[in-house]
Amino acid sequence: MSQYVLRRLLIAVPSLLAISLVLFVVLALAPGDPFSELATNPNVPPEVQAALRAKFGLDDPIYLRYLHWLNAMLHGDWGFSFVSRMNVDTLILQRLPATLYVIGSAQILALLIAIPVGVYAATKPYSLFDQIANTLAFVGFSLPTFFTGILFILIFSVTLDWLPFVYSTDIKATGIRWVLEMIRQAIMPVAVLGLFQAASMTRFVRSAMLDVIRLDYVTTARAKGLGQATVIVKHVMRNAMIPVVTLIALQMPAVFGGAIVTEQIFRIPGIGSLLISSILSNDTPVVMAVTFVFACLVVLFNLIADVLYGWLDPRISLR
Amino acid sequence: MLDKELRSMIGDVKDGRMDRRTFIQRLAAVGLTAPLANQLLSIGGVAMAQSPVPYPPTKRGGGGPLKLLWWQGPTLLNPHFATGTKDQDGSRLFYEPLASWDVEGNLNPILAAEIPSVANGGLAADGKSVTWKIKPGVKWHDGKPLTADDVVFTWEYASDPATAAVSISTYADMTVEKVADLTVRILFKNPTPFWANAFVGAYGCIIPKHLFADYKGSKSREAPTNLAPVGTGPYKFVEFKPGDLVRGQLNPDYHMPNRPYFDTIDMKGGGDAVSAARAVIQTGEFDFAWNMQVEDEVLLRLEKGGKGKTVYATGGDIEFIAINFTDPNAEVDGERSSMKTKHPILSDPNVRKALALLVDRESVKKAIYGRAGRTTANYLNGPEKFVSKNTSWEFSVEKASKLLEDAGWKVGADGIREKDGKKLKLLYQTSTNGPRQKTQAIVKQACQKAGIDVELKSVVASVFFSSDVANPDTYSKFYADIEEFQIPMTQPDPALHMRRYISANVATKENKWQGPNFPRYVNKEFDEAIAAAETETDLVKRAALYIKCNDLLWQDTVFIPVMHRLVVDASANALRPVISGWANRTDNIQDWYREA
Repeated sequence: MSQYVLRRLLIAVPSLLAISLVLFVVLALAPGDPFSELATNPNVPPEVQAALRAKFGLDDPIYLRYLHWLNAMLHGDWGFSFVSRMNVDTLILQRLPATLYVIGSAQILALLIAIPVGVYAATKPYSLFDQIANTLAFVGFSLPTFFTGILFILIFSVTLDWLPFVYSTDIKATGIRWVLEMIRQAIMPVAVLGLFQAASMTRFVRSAMLDVIRLDYVTTARAKGLGQATVIVKHVMRNAMIPVVTLIALQMPAVFGGAIVTEQIFRIPGIGSLLISSILSNDTPVVMAVTFVFACLVVLFNLIADVLYGWLDPRISLR
Repeated sequence: MLDKELRSMIGDVKDGRMDRRTFIQRLAAVGLTAPLANQLLSIGGVAMAQSPVPYPPTKRGGGGPLKLLWWQGPTLLNPHFATGTKDQDGSRLFYEPLASWDVEGNLNPILAAEIPSVANGGLAADGKSVTWKIKPGVKWHDGKPLTADDVVFTWEYASDPATAAVSISTYADMTVEKVADLTVRILFKNPTPFWANAFVGAYGCIIPKHLFADYKGSKSREAPTNLAPVGTGPYKFVEFKPGDLVRGQLNPDYHMPNRPYFDTIDMKGGGDAVSAARAVIQTGEFDFAWNMQVEDEVLLRLEKGGKGKTVYATGGDIEFIAINFTDPNAEVDGERSSMKTKHPILSDPNVRKALALLVDRESVKKAIYGRAGRTTANYLNGPEKFVSKNTSWEFSVEKASKLLEDAGWKVGADGIREKDGKKLKLLYQTSTNGPRQKTQAIVKQACQKAGIDVELKSVVASVFFSSDVANPDTYSKFYADIEEFQIPMTQPDPALHMRRYISANVATKENKWQGPNFPRYVNKEFDEAIAAAETETDLVKRAALYIKCNDLLWQDTVFIPVMHRLVVDASANALRPVISGWANRTDNIQDWYREA
């Protein structure tokens, strides 16, 4: 087991190196200039722009810049933002709590809806409940989040005036009021994201359950006289969860990576909005760091998923 | 123009025979605007009026929180590194200049005890030096006193090329010396009629010597104060999250009485303009939102029964279509749009004039800009004293067709005009942006009617405005026949705005296309007028020279002005923001208050 994990981690090193190389080259070749905003400003002479480029090493050849970056990364230096003139890790750590809170809650909400609904729908296929659940799931994942987000804002903020639609990082309250405010402002983004995720996940759980529920061993379990609840939870679900775990594990990096569209709509200061604003202002060190961290998380969670398989299904041996 | 009359009028004001207001009105009648009139008076020896902004609050604080929504949040808080207006706006909450620009474009003393004038000995008659007196008793947020040393240091800091400050050109060509503890003198290399550039407005913010002294030059980016500003402003720094939030709280030791009104200030960033308008006008979650680049129709809809309104300020920002004087399709020495070529079609002045006749500015205003735009024939639209009254524009497909017909451009079999085998086909580029694409469509339609085939192209803004030497689609490379965008006017003086187009500034491969004269316009008369204006200390003659430059651009149809754009913001109904079209939104933040 530990040998397996170690080997997987070693394999990850070259793939991460390759990923970082590709990312770096693509970003270096992409058009745009972090100091472009200066260009239309008549107060700023071109020499200043040139001096800034030189200062941030933008005029070096690509391979040199990549080696510099790699070397710094190995020493734990994530780079320096051109635009904010501060360290990239500080910038990312500042944004992480909001993303973890909102996107994490949305994932939990999605799981809380998808698993019970999917399981129950699978136990009674083509019943009225199943039909309704299916229809809602289709509606749910057909509607993009930018649409439902704006719809929610129109209904709950503009018309009803119940919820705020601008997320604020610093709520000026303490104790229970602070908690309530944090929940209140997160309701809309969490609902938008959570329902969207739940919709597709419900379909997935349902079909995974249906695959297993027809197998002979389930009939055997029933024949032994086990109750419906025990059969479903202990025998069917545990086996049906293997593909679901893969799906969830692959979605976990998104919890850290943020949701670009939703964060933009609700002005949540998360990683997603950091990424998009950095892309728009050509702040390559930040884009590079965020995408690279994202790549690492994908690799890591894939590994976790594989380890989890072994626990869920002892027949799968990890060598 | 009326040189003598003006002088006698200034004399009248001096002796009290005429009041300032009448003087300004008289000048306005002949086309000189208030800011110019005021600078005229100050050169003529009459002290500038201390800006009479009504400010009813009678005590400091008590106004609760002020919540600002900037849909692009500040990303850094050092005014001398501020790449965009958003950063300047954020820095300005904490740092202050010696003077700000008020709503009319007059100087309003902030850290200065008074505005320099000839009468108070601040302005030298030869225009080569300015003496500023600093207000006594001003303290930095950490309790240290503000002195002339800080002002001198700010100049040293910003003018050091190793610091790589974006404000460097503001502080070039001058030296600043300490005269007394609270007096500094700026010595210009050349006579400088527009002396109110250094230490005024966003780039004029004074920084504390005791915190930045160790971080001048190449170590500038390491200064901890870059992220935690210590200034003299009405609000003290509390917290900063780049791109997301700037927070400040009332400065109890602020140097102006009864100010500031608000107890705390929050500047939230992110999102888009439409939802920012909604948060202020419709739901009232925020008090003020910046830069409403939203179609007027949408704003009008939001304003119906809303909790807020849009507010406008007039500056000099101009949206225009520029003409390429060189050939974008011929490559000479590896360079397109080279100065060695001439545009095959647009070098014919009749074609350029016809194009100007084909831009339906009234429709553009009606369909796109609404209350946020004014139609104009001028490239230079402010301050009033510099605005030409000699120009005019009209929209007429018939006149344009006739002009082309007379110039020998005959309609061919395919409905497109041609002359000497050259088809009247033009490539029209701009940045990707809703209003611009609509303008393109309106212009294209009119051109088609007149027999001109226009191909439209839009380039992503981050590419179009970049200075990337390798990219062919930047505005400065100008590999198109005509192009549209906006140039903002960042100060109430035309010097920088107009000098872009002297022949020495042409964008070429040699200067990596960094020359700001992108139409590649060459006119000796224009060059001479700019050179003369830059050393002319007689303000009236100087204004006349800039008006002449504008008129030359108009006669030669270098630019086809599309819209003189106003500054649009959204404000809560009770909030009284003080916004100048000539400065940053927060340049007069100390005067903001809320009506009870």
